[in-house]
Amino acid sequence: MQRIGVFVCHCGSNIAATVDVSKVAEMALMEPGVVHAEDYQYMCSEAGQAKIQDAIHEKKLSGIVVCSCSPRMHEATFRKAAERAGLNPYMVEIANIREHCSWIHKDMEEATKKAVILMRAAVAKVNLNTPLKPGESRVTKRALIIGGGIAGIQTALDIADAGYEVDIVEKTPSIGGRMSQLDKTFPTLDCSACILTPKMVEASAHEKIKIYTYSEVEKVSGFVGDFTVDIRKKARSVDMDKCTGCGVCQEKCPSKKAPSEFNRGLNNRSAIYTPFAQAIPNVPVIDREACIKFKTGKCGICSKVCQAGAIDYEQKDEIITEKYGAIVVATGFDTINLDKYDEYAYSQSKDVITSLELERVMNAAGPTHGHLERLSDGKAPKEMVFIQCVGSRCSDDRGKPYCSKICCMYTAKHAMLIRDKYPDVNVTVFYIDVRTPGKNFDEFYRRAVEQYGVNYIKGQVGKVIPQPDGKLLVQGSDLLDNKQILKEADMVVLATAIEPNPDVRKIATMLTASIDTNNFLTEAHAKLRPVESPTAGIFLSGVCQGPKDIPETVAQAGAAAVKAIGLLAKDKLLTNPCTAHSDELLCNGCSTCENVCPYGAITYEDKEVNDHGIREVRRLAVVNSALCQGCGACTVACPSGAMDLQGFSNRQIIAEVDAICR
Amino acid sequence: MSEKKKQAELIEEISGVNPLKCMKCGKCSATCPSYNEMDIKPHQFVSYVINEDVESLVNSESLWKCLSCFACVERCPRDVKPGKLIDAARQMVVRQRGQAYLSPDEIPELLDPELPQQLLVSAFRRYRR
Repeated sequence: MQRIGVFVCHCGSNIAATVDVSKVAEMALMEPGVVHAEDYQYMCSEAGQAKIQDAIHEKKLSGIVVCSCSPRMHEATFRKAAERAGLNPYMVEIANIREHCSWIHKDMEEATKKAVILMRAAVAKVNLNTPLKPGESRVTKRALIIGGGIAGIQTALDIADAGYEVDIVEKTPSIGGRMSQLDKTFPTLDCSACILTPKMVEASAHEKIKIYTYSEVEKVSGFVGDFTVDIRKKARSVDMDKCTGCGVCQEKCPSKKAPSEFNRGLNNRSAIYTPFAQAIPNVPVIDREACIKFKTGKCGICSKVCQAGAIDYEQKDEIITEKYGAIVVATGFDTINLDKYDEYAYSQSKDVITSLELERVMNAAGPTHGHLERLSDGKAPKEMVFIQCVGSRCSDDRGKPYCSKICCMYTAKHAMLIRDKYPDVNVTVFYIDVRTPGKNFDEFYRRAVEQYGVNYIKGQVGKVIPQPDGKLLVQGSDLLDNKQILKEADMVVLATAIEPNPDVRKIATMLTASIDTNNFLTEAHAKLRPVESPTAGIFLSGVCQGPKDIPETVAQAGAAAVKAIGLLAKDKLLTNPCTAHSDELLCNGCSTCENVCPYGAITYEDKEVNDHGIREVRRLAVVNSALCQGCGACTVACPSGAMDLQGFSNRQIIAEVDAICR
Repeated sequence: MSEKKKQAELIEEISGVNPLKCMKCGKCSATCPSYNEMDIKPHQFVSYVINEDVESLVNSESLWKCLSCFACVERCPRDVKPGKLIDAARQMVVRQRGQAYLSPDEIPELLDPELPQQLLVSAFRRYRR
């Protein structure tokens, strides 16, 4: 018989205001096995934990139940406290009377009844608990970063500086990401390339960092500390060891009609290309869709002009298999597709552009060499209109429900830069709210208004109508003056909503990392574990977790690195002992469990068993406890009841249900 | 419940619109072709319903200046659809006058020059969906 102690927490007034905590403690004493019960204001505090430990010693408790918040919050806290008092940590059960009871109910009497029932279920389970001992698994001291933008580069540098090997996998031919496409950065207006390219160089020169560009993660297996990853190195058609990066091939390539991804399709590039001049590595790739040699078999000019003999039309995709202890996702974002926003005439006029396109227009290496001009006729604009929140903060099916966070600041930046360089251009910004919560952010926005004379109008634009003379008629609201405004503009810039890189869904599935309805990766705890995925060993860096500007991304990238380093610094990890195991005498080898296991932890083997004196060879399920995550899917699926989960056995679950129904 | 509140709730019920979803962006007023003719502007309709001042709405010029073009309904980023609120206010007036629903077959016979065109247009637009 167990000797059980029950500890009921008030959680200040979080629980005590709705649940009669002393009543719960009083009722606990009537449960079988319970020899001690008490309530206290904050069980998780040092004093609360001391009460638990004292009771374990004095009453010689063999198991405890803590009636408190969700086990996700403090199960680990109470298990550690019990362990320090000499109790096996798996003899601790949590009855969640906060999230599951006090927070969601109002009636004290009913809530108290429910809290008592939850306590009873936990006591019934502890009566059947047995001490469990975690196993050990090794840690591969190398990290994988998926995505080579500023988030991925910063995380890689921080992990590598701590002395661990890091691999970066980047889908495009160069690292650098979105930040490499930006012209200037708020709120200090320093040139994006000037602060980013040194970091790119540092990453590529770092002895601990290996960069796989033009590569994608193809398959992930394993678990925290011991992931096995297949990386597909797409055929570059250029030998990276031989190429000197002279650029002659790009100059001589006769196929120059592929839209430049780097310049957002505003101009064209050659079929053999590096995305931009400062690309790392400075080795081009051949776009086989655009290359004449690959399309017709004739041409081969790049091969003829390459002095280094680096062109290799026969190159094939290569799969590299590598082991990692930690994986950091840094897949970043893109702007949303504007097809559903006909009213802004984006697809009708070349002079209606997104803000990211304006970055390229303003950039000296961009399609207009940094001159602000209309993309339709090359004329200098006199009137510019910026429209905020295009696709952000929408509850319809056209846009995104969230605020994209960066648009208010980059629009103030654009407006300011244009007014500074072209004082004769009038700039009007239609806004719903101006959101500038950041260090020196509101001051920056006010400078745009007060110092640079940018005209901010509170109200959204209803439609943009292209005129026969090439002008754009903008019809918008001025809500403060209660007027409808008609304004002729030469260019219209749309602050287009951002969304996670569409590839993230595929990657999240491979990593079994959860994503939310907007395809942002979910963090383990919204406040307290913001850079970790709920899946152990997976960390989040940058916009893949939620909209962020550069300073926030860099800060989060460092935080993700610290968490990864914390993992890599360990030689061994304790594994969860709550894993499945199969009863040899009940298993009939039907394969049902193997089919439902999401972790590939179940295999079969032929084994001789002694079934009540009958010796025969049977096909039996075997669980690899290093791979098993204890999800319990197999125990539910098993038709013969052979599969059972340690710590959550069928008997324990039934006992809990019985206690609830009593 | 006060009479004013009842009226506001009736508007919400007829229109199927939750005015609290409005984020006051003004895109409805920005997109409205009849804006200059209106005394109460499309974006203001929302706050009139929230403030339970339906009486001003049903007595407004706007009620009969709205073309029922539903541009505001199409473009509202928050699914608030001021056009539907206006439509609902118009229906309230019509109901009070005792003019109930029509079957489409009866319309040609009943057409008379006094009948507000908006009623027909908005009815067709509404039931098209």
